Amino acid sequence: MKQLLLGNKAVARGLYEAGCCFVSSYPGTPSTEITEEAAKYEDIYCEWAPNEKVAMESAFGASLAGRRSFCGMKHVGMNVSADPLYTMSYTGVNAGLVIGVADDAGMHSSQNEQDSRHHAIASKVPMLEPSDSEEAIEFTKLAYELSEKFDTPVILKMCTRVSHSQSVAEIGERVLPELKPYEKNIPKYVMMPGMAKRRHPIVEERTRAIAEWAETAPVNRVEMGGTDLGIITSSTSYQYVKEVFGDSVSVLKLGMANPLPEKLIRSFAGSVRSLAVVEELDPIIENFCRQLGLKLTGKDKLPMTDEFSQGIVSSAFGGKVAEGRSLEDTIPPRPPVMCAGCPHRGMFYALKKNKCTIMGDIGCYTLGALAPLGEIDMTLCMGASIGAVHGFKKIAGDSDPNNTVAVIGDSTFMHSGMTGLANIAYNQSNSTVVILDNSTTGMTGHQPNPTTGFNIKGDPVGKINLEALCRAMGINRVRVVDPYDLEECDKVIKEELAANEASVIIARRPCALLKNVKHKASLRVDPDKCKKCTVCMQIGCPAISMREDGAHVDETQCVGCGVCQQLCKFDAFESTAKEGAQA
Amino acid sequence: MRTKNVMIVGVGGQGSLLASKLLGRLLLDEGYDVKVSEVHGMSQRGGSVVTYVRYGDKVASPIIDRGEADYIVSFELLEAARWLPYLREDGQIVTNIQQIDPMPVITGAAVYPDDLTEKMRATGAKVDAMDCLALAEEAGSPRAVNLVLMGKLSHYFDIPQEAWEKAIKAVVPEKFLALNMKAFELGKNA
Repeated sequence: MKQLLLGNKAVARGLYEAGCCFVSSYPGTPSTEITEEAAKYEDIYCEWAPNEKVAMESAFGASLAGRRSFCGMKHVGMNVSADPLYTMSYTGVNAGLVIGVADDAGMHSSQNEQDSRHHAIASKVPMLEPSDSEEAIEFTKLAYELSEKFDTPVILKMCTRVSHSQSVAEIGERVLPELKPYEKNIPKYVMMPGMAKRRHPIVEERTRAIAEWAETAPVNRVEMGGTDLGIITSSTSYQYVKEVFGDSVSVLKLGMANPLPEKLIRSFAGSVRSLAVVEELDPIIENFCRQLGLKLTGKDKLPMTDEFSQGIVSSAFGGKVAEGRSLEDTIPPRPPVMCAGCPHRGMFYALKKNKCTIMGDIGCYTLGALAPLGEIDMTLCMGASIGAVHGFKKIAGDSDPNNTVAVIGDSTFMHSGMTGLANIAYNQSNSTVVILDNSTTGMTGHQPNPTTGFNIKGDPVGKINLEALCRAMGINRVRVVDPYDLEECDKVIKEELAANEASVIIARRPCALLKNVKHKASLRVDPDKCKKCTVCMQIGCPAISMREDGAHVDETQCVGCGVCQQLCKFDAFESTAKEGAQA
Repeated sequence: MRTKNVMIVGVGGQGSLLASKLLGRLLLDEGYDVKVSEVHGMSQRGGSVVTYVRYGDKVASPIIDRGEADYIVSFELLEAARWLPYLREDGQIVTNIQQIDPMPVITGAAVYPDDLTEKMRATGAKVDAMDCLALAEEAGSPRAVNLVLMGKLSHYFDIPQEAWEKAIKAVVPEKFLALNMKAFELGKNA
């Protein structure tokens, strides 16, 4: 049956059809829907792990126990799980183990634009790279075959335009392989120097064997067309090449990014008059070809940055690209913003009032860096706020006006903030950590985490108590505040900054977009009371705008959080709730 | 046939994903090869969002480039103007006239330009502009702007009403079906 399937949903379908029984992942755009969709199949056990490293190790355990397993992540998640990955390459697997990673060329929702193919090469793990949803199903199943045939984990590399594009795909039936009972094998699975030394040559031999397989495997295919130009390409770049050139050029479409097929590439290069490589981000295929001594066009014409399009590919080869119409007016940008009623807003306002220097982290609250709040000094990676505030405080010492804090979300704290807090407690810095606990993983679309008390299916499960956890780690001063209460936030920030020891402030209020959150009636502005002082505009609420007759509330957006009401000296904001009615 | 291109643009949270789901389903049922490309994640938080729908005999690229869109369907007026360079020479814009101030306008760092519909027309673009929010509210919910826009867009497609209805039934939850059908009709007759 043919269906229009999102790339990530197609990977989930591939997992189902391949008989995968275990999925453990950490959410991250653009990879999240693989696991969300897999969780809809009763036959696959799925979970959100606290981070990618735990997810990958859990998938490894499931493979040892004899069932096909999977873990999914975004490109930067692979950095977190690089430790198990590089050594799983040595141990190999029992049942098939596939790792899904989704790159984000163009950084639609990421902090960098790294190319995951480097991890495949460096860890010596084979990598498949689908270019649409049909291939996403097919390659997922192939990845399991290769994993078991060559005794290796296999990486399935997606990217935003494959993960988040729907295309037509054929779906099939689930085939569940026999359980492969675990057998103790110390030389294979216990990686200490003596054993690892004997495994490394096996890894090198395996890479040679897979490269040999890749020379003739259908996953790499030649599409002969015109022979003036031959283009080697992969992933979504293949689609742009076909869009621009159709059959007027010959194409070598590589479905396996690592290892690359030397003989196939040489023979393709020999069959065309000139050669080009079209690949997004880093010149990996290109550098391989250059090592073979081939002359080609590549990153000399095509960008290393951002995602490609048919226009970019066409213009690199001298094609004409339409300019399109444009207006003389400047079109103001529309950056993403914290939603109306976002619980992060109140805490950011209070931190701004106290002129805090903020070590930031990864999540919706990163938006606190944008105007008008402009309230983040640094954002690096998951968990970095807590490491950074510790180092900052140690060096700044007495010269610090004592207003530097870390700001991190509940899910990010569970992901990689706890070890940073352990360091603060152990090495005794006078740091203040603000945990913005909105009871969900917000930016990626509301996944539960170990502090929420629910699992991926919505069933009640173990719930980590953040206050108890922080105290158990040695933090004596742990405070809980409601970020909708500006006065309370201000008071607690002042007290904890003044304290002569480390502290944690938990700002607790669920994300305003969560379905079970009950909102108050929206507010409106009494134009007779509004003096147009613009104080309410300093919190960056998208529901408030300033008009000629004063501030105005968009009642379709406002959820009545009341933060603006607390700021207004003229009492101009009033509830639209009817007198006597329940708010 | 040449691959045809529809861009659906708006502000994160306005419901453009349902519109692209509906179009994808409809065009697949009509026997076309279809690709739909969406963006999830950060830009969904009130940012400018764009979805590409492409259909034809065989579609390669999942995205639409400058000067290629046969139709730009916009949930908000400024967003129609932002993506105007993506319209083909003979392309058609179908837009809601609702204006939502972006944060730089709210903070006073930028100005929301006046008379955007007329200015777009002055470039020679064909622009079908209407108050979709009012029609959606008439149908029963401000969330139904997407179906009002789809109703208007259906004018330009040579696809029978029954096929649209079938696709709407396939993507809209049962309890909101009547409301959405009404929004579609109101948009179609506007």
